[in-house]
Amino acid sequence: MVNLEFNVEACKSCGFCVKVCPKQVLSIGEHINKKGYRYAQSDNPEECIGCKMCAAMCPDAVIEIWK
Amino acid sequence: MEKIYTRPNALNKSVSGYCPGCMHSTITKITAQVIDELGIGERTVCVLPVGCGTLGALYWNLDMVISAHGRAPAVATGVKRVSPDSVVFTYQGDGDLASIGLSEIMHAANRGENYTVLFINNSIYGMTGGQMAPTTLVGQKTTTTPGGRNPDTDGFPMKMAELIAQLTSPVYVARFAVNTPAYINKAKEGIRKAFQNQLDGKGFSLVEILSNCPTTWGMSPIDTLSYINDNTLAEFPLGVFKDREEEQS
Repeated sequence: MVNLEFNVEACKSCGFCVKVCPKQVLSIGEHINKKGYRYAQSDNPEECIGCKMCAAMCPDAVIEIWK
Repeated sequence: MEKIYTRPNALNKSVSGYCPGCMHSTITKITAQVIDELGIGERTVCVLPVGCGTLGALYWNLDMVISAHGRAPAVATGVKRVSPDSVVFTYQGDGDLASIGLSEIMHAANRGENYTVLFINNSIYGMTGGQMAPTTLVGQKTTTTPGGRNPDTDGFPMKMAELIAQLTSPVYVARFAVNTPAYINKAKEGIRKAFQNQLDGKGFSLVEILSNCPTTWGMSPIDTLSYINDNTLAEFPLGVFKDREEEQS
């Protein structure tokens, strides 16, 4: 079981995490944060294998991972 | 449950001032992780340049000095010499280090000052609006080379890591990229080694990291990842250009 925690206010919608995820867990959602960006979210968390590639790639350290 | 990826303490809680997808943030993050892992946050001094890198003043959770344009190596020399127990590093862009600060970096490297230089090369002037830098790729369009950089009139990209590796004093000179998770891990190990060299009192280390600038390159953040792969890496090969440790062993 892997738990992804998003600091959504720091997300700038660059989409790097969505691109590198090998399991297509992530997407850029419809909701908008205070800075006006549509932030990343986890669509199917049960598929996540905890490889940390999204968090490593995220420029703004938005993603923290619990396993 | 165990936390397997944490936001580093060497960053403060604020949101970085960098543009979406800017790899300054990535490089700042992995450097902060290295500082955390080495446990040196309390005695680290970051010497900031002029340029986008200066936005780090609101982002690093470290002691900082902001130097005049290009003079970060000179300021770092002073900080390190009066406070040898501090861990000192400069964080400079390509306009700062390779253009206006060329003299400072070459002489600091030649003196073998015992600090770490992080050189962020995105082959353009980002902060001032996308002018040609010494590191701009041949054919790359900028606001001052609207037809693309022409080597007949503008010269070729300057390869700072190779230039500095020619000198006798530096102990570690390497170039990394951060456009894939694997490259990010390698870059982090390179940064760690550059800091460890300083902690061991070995001397001058320079790590060049290839970066992007979605805003002035005029492309989406995702497109910059493949642009680096196809164009920047072809001009600036990755690798370790000098490692005193390996030469001796």
